[in-house]
Parts: sequence; structure tokens; C-alpha cells
Amino acid sequence: MTELTSKTIAELRDGFRSGEFTAREIAEEFNAAVAAAKTLNAYTVETPDDALTAAEAADSGKSTGPLAGIPLGIKDLFATKGVDTTAGSRILKGFKPPYESSVSANLRKAGAGMLGKLNMDEFAMGSSNETSAYGPVISPWRRQGSNVGLTPGGSSGGSAAAVAAGIAPGATGTDTGGSIRQPAAFAGISGIKPTYGRCSRWGIVSFASSLDQAGPMAKTVRDCAILLEAMCGFDPKDSTSLDLPVPQWESNLSSDLKGKRVGIPKEYRIDGVPGEINALWDQGIEWLKDAGATPVEISLPHTKYALPTYYIIAPAEASSNLARYDGVRYGLRVEGVKSLDDMYAATRAEGFGAEVKRRIMIGTYVLSAGFYDAYFTKAQKVRALIKQDFRKAFEQCDVILTPTAPSAAFGIGETTDPLAMYLNDVFAVPASLAGLPAMSVPGGLDGQGLPLGLHLIGNELDEQTVLNAGLAIEERAGFTARPEKWW
Amino acid sequence: MSVSTEQVRHIAKLARIAMSDEEIERLAPELNNILGWVEQLGEVDTDGVEPLTAVIDQKLRLRDDVVTEGNIRDDILANAPEAQHGFFAVPKVIE
Repeated sequence: MTELTSKTIAELRDGFRSGEFTAREIAEEFNAAVAAAKTLNAYTVETPDDALTAAEAADSGKSTGPLAGIPLGIKDLFATKGVDTTAGSRILKGFKPPYESSVSANLRKAGAGMLGKLNMDEFAMGSSNETSAYGPVISPWRRQGSNVGLTPGGSSGGSAAAVAAGIAPGATGTDTGGSIRQPAAFAGISGIKPTYGRCSRWGIVSFASSLDQAGPMAKTVRDCAILLEAMCGFDPKDSTSLDLPVPQWESNLSSDLKGKRVGIPKEYRIDGVPGEINALWDQGIEWLKDAGATPVEISLPHTKYALPTYYIIAPAEASSNLARYDGVRYGLRVEGVKSLDDMYAATRAEGFGAEVKRRIMIGTYVLSAGFYDAYFTKAQKVRALIKQDFRKAFEQCDVILTPTAPSAAFGIGETTDPLAMYLNDVFAVPASLAGLPAMSVPGGLDGQGLPLGLHLIGNELDEQTVLNAGLAIEERAGFTARPEKWW
Repeated sequence: MSVSTEQVRHIAKLARIAMSDEEIERLAPELNNILGWVEQLGEVDTDGVEPLTAVIDQKLRLRDDVVTEGNIRDDILANAPEAQHGFFAVPKVIE
């Protein structure tokens, strides 16, 4: 990494404001780093001119927002006006939205430029970036003494890889069941999913609408706070957008946790998790104690049922949302078939990849006549119990600490069984089902030199305590490891 | 419950995804694996539990019934695989 590409967003912002360097210099260094990192396949589209235009506006004083001079990577799930938005799918190849998503518009309003669109699992369905129609992202991290290509996690794998490799100072991600937090953990960076409704979903390609939330991914907790403030805000165009002021998370950051109780859920000690991950979890408890917090054992009795609940609700919502890809209004159309029905079926057969088809099929089945109550209604009831577990837990604690993922990054092609892949999100999914803010921060490296993350879950609307506890861990973990440049 | 290849064929039809016999044969055990696994929810006592519909308590907002965006027909048609005379065009549906 060159000098500017290794800096945090806070450092870039402060250095630009004090005149240490120009926004143009920042944009040019990142543009060059992006162009030189094609091997990683992190970007599906590069937009160097966009980054330069925003930089010029910052340098000339035309843009003075909180992110003036900062170029960002944007996950390819966000509609960007006139710039290809594919959601990692063949069915949206060449789609150029005539509008901008509310979250990316908020970032632009704050002065940010765009370096490009970041690769992802198709329609955000995946935990390894291997379901992207544009090829998998290769993690910048490698196991010690090995050249095996690793996944950056998913679905926001391009975002995680870009930040870890220094080809974006920060990026947008989205999280339906762990898609910000698991890749952040795999890539040794921070990422937060806010309370459901904080970030507008308008202009984000829909996967499972009752779960989808946008959030930032960046090197540090402070950078996440800066980006989250710019991304959030009430939007009348999203019926589930929260009509609440955006807190000043950055200026209220404090790693002093005196008086805070940290919940340690006993149900998160599960079989098959490597000892290193449980050891890091114990270390995390010590770090939070050192910051003044008191650990308390809590129980979230329905934890075990969160993943199966998620794999009914998310595919059900996806099967309904993805019905819009019909070859009529945008995206792919397969020609040369006899009837309109055949055109729909042929277009969707060619446009969707195997994992997306699998989930549409599951979703269609659980919503079909005769099975709706047994599967979908049952899952909605268990979801209510999971939500209630958290409500009770937050009577006893202020924030919950767990590991982010049950393993470190794995090799591309190593996990082929869909169910084994789904287990990646075992710790991340419960907070998604409950709509709670949750964050991953790097805790350390495993024996093979790969990053491991710690996971913080907060009560509704209490992103501040999550960020503060994240900061306390960050200060104590002293995680400075970066992947050695091989690309 | 387990799904037969016939049911998989029916689901594929409902989902409007063309599938070969080979694909259906391959998908049936995969779907059965996943469905078998989610069926563990049957262990949970949910008697008297209201299904969760809104994850964060919210009232659905209403807005005034007025046009908020209009006159953007060409923008809307710009991504259509086929547009004719200002409309989306589809394969012929009536003989």
C-alpha cells in the first residue's frame, strides 16, 4: 500500500482538511491501486472519473460535506445512476439504473466519490462470493506459507476484500443474515449493520425485505461511525424507514464502558467451533472487563432455531422479490421461445445461478398452498420467540459479545454442501431476525495467520453502545495485521 | 415431509424457471436436505405465539394521494429488452 491508501477515512478527512494533501491526490492513489488489483476481482465496474469529479468538487471548495475528498467502493447491490448495477447476477447484466439509491445518494451528498462497484454473491445469496456471475472475489489474505486462493466471505466480499487490500478506504455493504459481518471478520476489518430501518432500502436490489439492511465496512470503528452517520436517515420512499434523527455516533465514541453489562450467551458455545475462536471470545470478555464493563451470563434459548427460521423466511421473501425478473422491463430476455410463459421460464433459467434458483425453489415451496402455515407461519412465530429472547436478555445487559463466524476464511471451492455454507452465519443470523444493530471487529489472527472477528449485538437503536464496545476491543486488540501484497 | 421429483417440477413451474429432467433429479435431494433440516422448527412450542410481522415496531405511514414522479416514460423504458411505441413489448399472447 502506498501512503494514502493505507490511511483510515478519519486520517484522510483530517489530512485533506488541514491541507496536508489534496482530494485529487487521494482519488488518484486509490484509482491507481484499484487498476493494479484486478487479480482480486473485487470490482465489477471501475469508475475513476467519478472519484476524480468528487475530488475536484472537494478541492475547489464546492463540496464541504463530512466526506468531502473521500472516495468509496459501492457494493453492486446499490442502484447507481447510469452505472451498471448487476447484484452479481447475469439476469441484470448491463442494467443501468435511471436513479440513485438513497444510501449512495446520501454518501454523495456528504461529498464522497465512487471508485467503482464491488463484486458480491448473486443477489447477496452466499457466504463466500462464489455465487457471483462475475467470478469469485479472491481474498487478499493467504494462509501462512500457502498460495491457495481464499474467499473473502460474503455476500459483501468485494467490499471486504477492497478495504483489506487498500483499494478502497471504506465501502458500503448490505447484511441480510451476516453479509457485512462475516466478510468483515474474514478480511480483518470492521463492519456494522445498524438497526433495521436506519438505512433506507430504497434503490437497494431487494433480497429479503424484512431483513435487508445497509451498513459500512472500513478499517476502524471510527470510520464505520463516520460512514454510518452519512448513510442513515429517514426516507419517505422506504415504508420501513425509521423517522428518527441520526445520532452523532462519531463524536460520542467512547471506549469507557464503566457501568455497562456485557451479555455472554451460553447458547453460542456450540460444537465444532475451533478452540482458537472460543479462546478469542474469552479474550474479548477480558478486554471489555478491562474497559470497565461487567460480564453477565445470559440465555438466548431459541438460538439453535435461528438458522432454520432464516432459511424459511429469507428464501420466501426472495422468491417473491425476485419474481420481478421476467425479461420484460429490464435485464436479460431469452428470445426465440414460443409463448410469454416460455419466455419467462427460459429467461429465469438462464439468468439465475444455482444458489439463487435453489432459494427461489425453497421459497416458492414454503409459500405454496398447503405448506404456508407449516413452514412460513411457523417460522414467523419462532422469529417472534427469537425477538423475545433478545428483549429479555437486554433487561440484563447492554450489549452482547460473541464470535462473528465459526471459522476463519476458507478456500475457494472448499465448501460445496449448501447446508455447510449456511452454517457460516450461525452467530450472525439471530441479530438479523431480531432487527438489531450488530458489528464485527477484528480480534486477532488464527494459527494460520488469518483474521478472526468478534461480534457485538446491541439493543434496538443503540448503535452507540455497539460502536463503543467495538472501540474498546479495537484499542486493546491492537490489530494492525494487513495482508502482504501478492496481487 | 419430503418432496418428490413431480413436486419439484411443479414448484419450478410456479417459480417460472425452466428445468431439465436432469436438473430436477439433482435438485430434489438438495431441497429435501434443506427442508428436512428446517423441519426441526417443529420441536418449538409456538402455541399462542403471534407470528412476527414487523421486526421494529412501526406504524405504516400514509402519504397524500398525489403524483410524486411523472413524465419519465423514456427513463423507465430505457432498460427494457424490447420497447415499442412507448410500451414494454412481450411475445404475442393472443393468436
